Amino acid sequence: MCGIVGLFLKDKSLEPKLGEMLTDMLVTMTDRGPDSAGIAIYGNGSDEGAKITVQSDNADKDFASIGDELGHAIGANVKAERNDTHAVLSMPADKIAHAREILSEIRPDVRVMSAGSSLEIYKEVGLPKDVAARFHVEKMSGTHGIGHTRMATESAVTTMGAHPFNTGSDQCLVHNGSLSNHNSLRRKLRRNGILIQTENDTEVGAAYLTWKMQNGATLGEALESSLDDLDGFFTFVVGTKDGFGVVRDPIACKPAVMAETDQYVAFGSEYRALVNLPGIETARVWEPEPATVYFWSHSDDPTKIEKAA
Amino acid sequence: MQTIDLEAKGLRALNEQLHAQTADTNQTAWEIVNARGSHAIAVGLDAPIEVTVKGSTGYYCGGMNKQATINVHGSAGPGVGENMMSGTIVVDGDASQYAGATGHGGLLVIKGNASSRCGISMKGIDIVVHGNIGHMSAFMAQSGNLVVLGDAGDALGDSCYEARLFVRGKVKSLGADCEEKEMRPEHIEILKDLLERAGADAKPEEFTRYGSARNLYNFDVDNASAY
Repeated sequence: MCGIVGLFLKDKSLEPKLGEMLTDMLVTMTDRGPDSAGIAIYGNGSDEGAKITVQSDNADKDFASIGDELGHAIGANVKAERNDTHAVLSMPADKIAHAREILSEIRPDVRVMSAGSSLEIYKEVGLPKDVAARFHVEKMSGTHGIGHTRMATESAVTTMGAHPFNTGSDQCLVHNGSLSNHNSLRRKLRRNGILIQTENDTEVGAAYLTWKMQNGATLGEALESSLDDLDGFFTFVVGTKDGFGVVRDPIACKPAVMAETDQYVAFGSEYRALVNLPGIETARVWEPEPATVYFWSHSDDPTKIEKAA
Repeated sequence: MQTIDLEAKGLRALNEQLHAQTADTNQTAWEIVNARGSHAIAVGLDAPIEVTVKGSTGYYCGGMNKQATINVHGSAGPGVGENMMSGTIVVDGDASQYAGATGHGGLLVIKGNASSRCGISMKGIDIVVHGNIGHMSAFMAQSGNLVVLGDAGDALGDSCYEARLFVRGKVKSLGADCEEKEMRPEHIEILKDLLERAGADAKPEEFTRYGSARNLYNFDVDNASAY
């Protein structure tokens, strides 16, 4: 069991409150996942163009001069902003790939949580309220965000086993359920050169989407093919630069409820997570259909890709 | 009328108070406010009382109900009326998955849509859904009646036994060993009574009956692929 929450704002005046609203939703889902929590937040784009969110168990030492050292090595200005065990490193977009290579050399113990122009991922082991508090999530603003509370079933309770998982630039994945073919799929993806760092099933799901997209699929196509290639139970919520998507496996035993008003589209594993949202009493509330890919985006109209179960 | 603020009182205290009502209680009308999607509201009741829940409920509202009438002024989460024995539950909005699962008796009315696995393994309960139902509904349904005014999803009545399934709209697909059946006068009577009790504005003649083809009752190796 795990809990998922997601909030996509249509009303710009709510953007300063995104973190506060998401935190409330996340904490409500503590019963579904008390062992770790994480949040993906799509805030303002970095002034430098792009950013990498990194994590370290030894943040004092690792983050002390990380911006200067990295900037010197890649020949660009790197701004480092520490947030507890995480730090956001801002830099020009064309330096991201090089920066990741350098990071693995100069800070081998530092883990990359996310990369992109507006995405930041924060996740740690602990109760959702404690995780949200240590990163001050309630003070964050943004256009949309996704949160996850984890009750581990398939692998160890670690920071790297927590969700969300970064799948591609500005993309992330959270999962409620369990994949049963993750071992064979992990071997296959590794043979194809995809980096998978843990024994976690969701990381394989995320890596699968990354691999599909590297081979030319759109996120929508990658999600649709996941219905064929992933065996097990899943409700996935994916974050993209300008929106989010939802897909449930054809059996659809993992719960999901959505609400939409003129101000927002919200996702919760349970209705409980949505009860404090403004205007929820009159919102359109519904359950997403199984084996159907849904997308909400700031740049396009909502889309729904149906696939025969 | 007793009004209880669920948030202030807490779930356990609420259910204890409802459980304390006996057959001759004079406190027969209860209202629960601030439901806020909480789980297990009014489960295990066993008294002829009427409980109205203001707002939407979480998992298992009215589960194991005996005698009581429960009205949900909102939508219901997974497992509403699970294993209910008697009484009535009316949900004004939609119901999530496995509404009325394993129910032995009583009447469950969903005024909106019900999701997947509605009436799974039902054992005598009557379920009336004013809207549509999702996939795998009435899976292994053993007895009772499932009435759907809208459409049914995939694999309706898979591996069902003697439950009667009445659908007015389209059925996306029938499950293994489920088939269309003749609508006889006694079925019209059953349906008429259920529609009336469920406040449903529909004519029994508009429905199609489905039920078990009875080919999978006893194991036959020739049917192995159908299980």
